[in-house]
Amino acid sequence: MQHFIGRHAAAEPGSGDADAGSSPLPDPLPNPLPNPLPSPLAIRGLTVAYHRRPVLWEVAYEAPPRGLIAVVGPNGAGKSTLIKACLGLVPKVAGTVEAFGRPIGEQRRRIGYVPQRESVDWDFPVSALDVVAMGRYGRIGWFRRVSRAHKEAALHALERVGMADFARRQIGQLSGGQQQRVFLARALAQEAQLYFMDEPFAGVDAATEHAILDVLRDLDAAGRTVVCVHHDLQTVGGYFDHVLLMNTRVVAHGRVATTLTPELLARTYGGQSQAFAAALPARQDARP
Amino acid sequence: MSAEALTGGIPLEELLRVLFFQAGFNTAVVVAGTAALGLAGGTVGTFLLLRRRALVSDALSHATLPGIAVAFLIGAALGLPGRSLPLLLAGAVVSGVLGLLTVQALARHTRLTEDSAIGAVLSVFFGLGIVLISYIQNLELAGQAGLKTFILGQTAAMARGEAIAIGLLAAGAAAAVALLFKEFRALAFDPGFAAVQGWPVARLDLALMGLATLVTVIGLQTVGLILVVALLIIPPAAARFWTDRLALMTWLAAGIGALSGWLGATLSALLPKMPAGAVIVLVAGFFFLLSFLFAPARGLAAAALRGLALRAGYAERAALVRLLAAEGGAPAPVLAAPLRLALAARGHLRGGRLTGRGRAAARRAERNRRLWERFLIDHPTLLPGQLRWGIDDIDEALPGDLVRLLEERDAQERNALARQAPAPGRLAS
Amino acid sequence: MELTLLDFLRIDFPALLAAVLACAACALVGNFLVLRRQGLMGDAISHAVLPGIVGGFLVAGTRETLPMMAGALLAAALAGVLIEAVRRLGRLESGAAMGVVFTVMFAAGVVLIERAAASGVDLDADCVLYGQLETILWLEPTGWGSLLDPAALAGLPREVMTLGFVLALCAGLVLLFYKELKITTFDPALASTLGIPAGAFHYGVVLLVAATAIAAFEAVGSILVIAMLICPAAAARMLTDRFAAQLALSVLLGVLAAVLGYGGAAFLPLWLGAEHSLNAAGMIAVASGLILALAVLFGPRHGLVGRRRGLRRVRASATPASSPGPAVLGGEA
Repeated sequence: MQHFIGRHAAAEPGSGDADAGSSPLPDPLPNPLPNPLPSPLAIRGLTVAYHRRPVLWEVAYEAPPRGLIAVVGPNGAGKSTLIKACLGLVPKVAGTVEAFGRPIGEQRRRIGYVPQRESVDWDFPVSALDVVAMGRYGRIGWFRRVSRAHKEAALHALERVGMADFARRQIGQLSGGQQQRVFLARALAQEAQLYFMDEPFAGVDAATEHAILDVLRDLDAAGRTVVCVHHDLQTVGGYFDHVLLMNTRVVAHGRVATTLTPELLARTYGGQSQAFAAALPARQDARP
Repeated sequence: MSAEALTGGIPLEELLRVLFFQAGFNTAVVVAGTAALGLAGGTVGTFLLLRRRALVSDALSHATLPGIAVAFLIGAALGLPGRSLPLLLAGAVVSGVLGLLTVQALARHTRLTEDSAIGAVLSVFFGLGIVLISYIQNLELAGQAGLKTFILGQTAAMARGEAIAIGLLAAGAAAAVALLFKEFRALAFDPGFAAVQGWPVARLDLALMGLATLVTVIGLQTVGLILVVALLIIPPAAARFWTDRLALMTWLAAGIGALSGWLGATLSALLPKMPAGAVIVLVAGFFFLLSFLFAPARGLAAAALRGLALRAGYAERAALVRLLAAEGGAPAPVLAAPLRLALAARGHLRGGRLTGRGRAAARRAERNRRLWERFLIDHPTLLPGQLRWGIDDIDEALPGDLVRLLEERDAQERNALARQAPAPGRLAS
Repeated sequence: MELTLLDFLRIDFPALLAAVLACAACALVGNFLVLRRQGLMGDAISHAVLPGIVGGFLVAGTRETLPMMAGALLAAALAGVLIEAVRRLGRLESGAAMGVVFTVMFAAGVVLIERAAASGVDLDADCVLYGQLETILWLEPTGWGSLLDPAALAGLPREVMTLGFVLALCAGLVLLFYKELKITTFDPALASTLGIPAGAFHYGVVLLVAATAIAAFEAVGSILVIAMLICPAAAARMLTDRFAAQLALSVLLGVLAAVLGYGGAAFLPLWLGAEHSLNAAGMIAVASGLILALAVLFGPRHGLVGRRRGLRRVRASATPASSPGPAVLGGEA
């Protein structure tokens, strides 16, 4: 199904990407076609309703070719639902989601996912290494055991988040931050090209926050795309390149420096409320 | 077709006589007592269901068996005649409550989840009961054959006095729920908040489980311990489909429970050897099925229709807006065949072009969409939980002055956009 | 009454073997119920198959295992689908959805039994509830040697054969789908994004539980099936934090309960001087309950006693730990 045109036409794919000029990545080949590479993530007309109540409303978004993207909005704005709908975990009323130019369901190998920490039973009898190895199940295939190579890949992923020493630990005995790092390592083990992360920074300690940030920057440097639900306005500017402001619908998107303005934030968090503008950090362009 | 064929071989006259308490005092008392039992099950069960404790009562009912067996042994040792019902039921209460406490202790103090705790308690206690009964059978005491009737129930076993006692106790349980209605509502809705407000939550929970125990124990004889849980679960579950209001739900559950008890007891009185418990549960199950499928509020058919209407309505409006945009020079949309047919059937589309009526509908849809979006932009914090915003007609969903305000703001904004260079960032609206 | 070797081999051995096989199979699949927090599914299914068993019997007209098994499997599948439908479409909590479905189906089974009984057929709800372990006999053996004699072993009772087959099936499927079962149990959402159908595995587990329960019914009854689906797996939860160990330990504890329970029912009363043995299925359920109680109390890390001691130790050596501070403000820029 095609997207809902109407007044969204201005934000549709191919209509002059404000980011293209300032992208750190030089174009690989000068291409005469208007749309040289399919976007890692293209959402069109995505509408999701729970029991007739819309949670996402005609969301249209095309991710830049690479980079760290923060999804920002108030509680109940449908940020997690957006991620779940992209992954096909909740039913859609309308809309399409494409990854790298093809329906996202056909691209599972290239997609990594970090769910919210509360979504699983942390008392479950598995070790940190087991959980990380689950990230490899998609490529191991049916009926085969987890081979030594896959275990090593999992261990390597744990090392990258500084958790190698806890590989044999049952996951329930890890702290919240450590659990989050295990989830992140699992996503790394997926070796995906497009990552969805649901509040990876929520409720973690400072050391973990640094560890996660390092991983995100490594992913960025390796040319991956990371879509991250983020709740902390103070750190958006420091951590991410791009931001998608949403409150049930997309309010605005673009580079952090130009999009995270008091006016747009006020539109996201409540039309009349100027409190957010006052709370804004003075240096949104702090990213080095 | 004869009336008898309709009633499964039972003479219609006979059926009516039992249904309306004309078939002798004894039968009438049993039928009335069972109806009262159903009523009590429905009222108490409503709050168990909302408190998410529905199946805890299953552990409770299975756990009564060893108590019954031990009470029987005690009675025999004291030389009481055969089968003293009050003693047996007292034993049932003791071991049932013990089972309940075990479930709570396991779920609260260990890593085991409540479902495992319930499964473990009900099977182990029941197993213990079976072992004790096999021991009693070996003793060859008088009256031991009656012990097994507690497992599957038997209305025929009910004497007049017992039926009256059951009816009175059941009515008492229902009355207790009526008295504690406000308190139970607070408990079921938000126990944390209720505790902060100073309600004695622990004691209310205890009272609720006490009432469940009472209903279970008085239901043992009629319905049997395996199925008695159905009296507590099915009527409220059926009532849930009809309404979102607690008081009405409680009344409906009571009614469905009473009706199931009444009809079930009647049928089993007429059909030889038909166990009352099973018949009552089947009748209740029939009411559940009706509610599940056809209740207008939350029933399946209604929900399916609403979901279909939501998708279809959404697609239709989107198509109209796109057709209108195409008239203004945008690329013409490709519409799926069912969508075209639906639009043509409404007179909105003829020969691939909008009719006058279609254009008017498209403008309305476009305005609706625009104003809803304006509402979202200006008042994102106002999104009401129950409002089906975005899809309903905005003039019906929101107060008129708010709609006028939105229209003004929309006009302003469009003028501003038309004059201004593109805003910073990439505006999606 | 003196216990002779031949009596043991002919009467007790086949019953004990049936109990051990049933308990091992139930304990193995029970892990996936306990870990999925669906312990009540075992309860629901083992009640809901009753109409299927009776229906299969009525349709086929014989007490053959196959039609009863087929009917029961059908009923279990129906129950699984109905429970999901009521839970999802009816938006009822899963406990209530199960409660509605299994009580109605069990009631239908009871009514069917009475109808059958009215037409002079011998079927008994009792035997479905607590089995007929005591009637399983093996007439061939002449001594210990018969345990190795293929001809005598071929005469093992049908129930034992069925249970052996089902245990092999369960073990085979668990080994084959080990990794998929693990991930769909732990994190179904992630499994879905990886292309592993979590929903199909849910129904697969339900069907496997049903097949196991049905095979075990005839020998040990539905109540013991519930006990065996839950108690060994729950006890293993208290003893280990590793998935493979959880599975192995639960099977071991199931077998232990079978042996202890059967011994307690068949031999203990006789040694104590009573004349009759007790109900074996019930006693095995009690034994599994005792094992669970011991595990809950004395489990090494999660047991109540050990945990209390651990708490005391932690308090004694409490040092101001570095508390997880608030998120770093403004990053490190």
